[in-house]
Amino acid sequence: MSVVAITRYGGRLSAYVLGAASGAVKIIGVILVIATFNFILVHAAPGDPAQVIAGQSGAADETLLRQIRSAYGLDQPYLVQLASSLKKTLTLDLGYSYRQQRTVLSLLLERLPATLLLTGTAFILSLVFGTALGTIAGTRAGKWSDTFFTIVSLLLYALPVFWLGLMLVLLFSVQLNWLPPFGYVTVGVEMTTWQRIADIAWHMVLPTLSLAAVYLAIYARLMRSSIIEVKQQDFIKTARAKGVTESRIVMHHLLRNAILPVITVAGMQAGGVVGGAVVVETVFAWPGLGRLIYDAVLQRDYPVMQGIFLIMSIVVIGLNLLTEAVYRMVDPRISVRSVT
Amino acid sequence: MRRALNTLASFLRHPAGVIGLVILIGVVVLAIVAPTLFPVDPWDMVAAPFQPPFDGETWLGSDMLGRDVAACIAYGARVSLLIGVSSTLAALVIGVTVGAVAGYFGGRVDEVLMRFVELFQTIPGFILAILLVATLGPSLTNVILAIGAVSWPQLARLTRAEFLRLRSREFVQAAVCQGQPPLSVVLRHILPNAVSPIIVTGSLMIASSILIESALSFMGLGDPNLMSWGFMIGASRSVMRQAWWMSVFPGIAIFLTVLAINLVGEGLNDTLNPRLSRKARGA
Repeated sequence: MSVVAITRYGGRLSAYVLGAASGAVKIIGVILVIATFNFILVHAAPGDPAQVIAGQSGAADETLLRQIRSAYGLDQPYLVQLASSLKKTLTLDLGYSYRQQRTVLSLLLERLPATLLLTGTAFILSLVFGTALGTIAGTRAGKWSDTFFTIVSLLLYALPVFWLGLMLVLLFSVQLNWLPPFGYVTVGVEMTTWQRIADIAWHMVLPTLSLAAVYLAIYARLMRSSIIEVKQQDFIKTARAKGVTESRIVMHHLLRNAILPVITVAGMQAGGVVGGAVVVETVFAWPGLGRLIYDAVLQRDYPVMQGIFLIMSIVVIGLNLLTEAVYRMVDPRISVRSVT
Repeated sequence: MRRALNTLASFLRHPAGVIGLVILIGVVVLAIVAPTLFPVDPWDMVAAPFQPPFDGETWLGSDMLGRDVAACIAYGARVSLLIGVSSTLAALVIGVTVGAVAGYFGGRVDEVLMRFVELFQTIPGFILAILLVATLGPSLTNVILAIGAVSWPQLARLTRAEFLRLRSREFVQAAVCQGQPPLSVVLRHILPNAVSPIIVTGSLMIASSILIESALSFMGLGDPNLMSWGFMIGASRSVMRQAWWMSVFPGIAIFLTVLAINLVGEGLNDTLNPRLSRKARGA
């Protein structure tokens, strides 16, 4: 059955299948491009590629360098090297961290959950509160609450994420002593599962706030202008003329239409959220991939840096696909293919 | 000349834009007069370590090595503005070229180039910048190139959209029919008409470049010979409990500069694209 036929007869379910398939193609494409890029970068770096891969750990050790040269086939022609590195990447063999004496993949998988928890929570919180604030501002355009939210989001938008994090620590941890300044969980305390979850949530408050603030501002501004635009359209006037209550107009007519550009932009911002997580994790010693890349940069541990680049890109595509799915749910008029 | 004055007059009618312009001029002046105001190298020790601000020798206190925080901020302004402007210029060169080629030629070329742009928009730019600077070495040039390399896709998309819009207009078609070569059509007829949204996006990009630069130097990936705001904040982390001023003041400097550029950018947007401004303001 052709693609068109599937879309026509299979209905909604097949749309999701198609979405998943195009997502898989996208992910594989990005993996290949990033692997190529990583390959070029190692060779573009000043000095011997084997030294680069070894990081600072093996600077003087000739045996290690020889080992790396043979493991990466560095004595072979470039094309052969590239092909073998692409093959390795596709089988998720991301190399070995000579600094940490572990495979890169095992390091990354250990850190991934903490990053997913932080970015996911911040992403969702900024979307929910951003659209809520934007709706309040947009439906009351011109009133004082609108002016207030507009100014606040303008200010938030100019804050460096890492500095906001530090200031929150100064205020809530150092001065007021309300919240933990860093870490993921209280160390050395016996806890039940629920206590542990509560403890992690408690540690998450400041990092999540710092990461979410900027995006909250972006979505609030966007939602506000979108609401103002939709508000003037005829179907809203019609609904009002029919005597539909104001709250129903907002919930059923206004929100559903105005939120579409916000979802599109949220998908585009996913890369930014993930990048922001790097600095936030650095500030809060959050044991995720961002913190790991900071350490890897300090130690010039290239295999780890490159692995993180790859995994984070996959996370971004995941978030993109998620926003696409949400878009389709909110706006059934849009077919799979026209959402980009 | 008259047109420029009109534009200026119309810009000055936006209070937010004017506030931004005033702050921005302040930062630029600070960057220019830094060597006169603080003749000593910002890396040199000028006071006892951990002097609190507004207290005797230094205005904004001193850091753990007795460096003058105010002097560091003044010299940091030079670095931030330099990197912000030059990496935006780098992004403009790449983005406008790619967008112009895609929009002008259309078809296959457009499709291939836009796939490429899409890919660049998908990968997390900040991590790519980290990787580039860490691999190629943290020098001023590499930082500028890395920020340019992650910022251009937005400009490419914008330029392409403008070119697609203008490509089918009659005056462009007329130029093509006259047998003008593509480069001349692009430079003399299309680009001048696409320039105002590019200016607006470019000016806002200076702000985001400054944010990326500060985050890079916060992570220890700035040029080690140049004093920068991000580096100051990064260095202050370990002594945050004793010396709040070391992290607070450079952060305010970044915040004010970025805010000012954003305000000016919005003012420019209202002035140059009055028709589009309401829509674009949210984006």
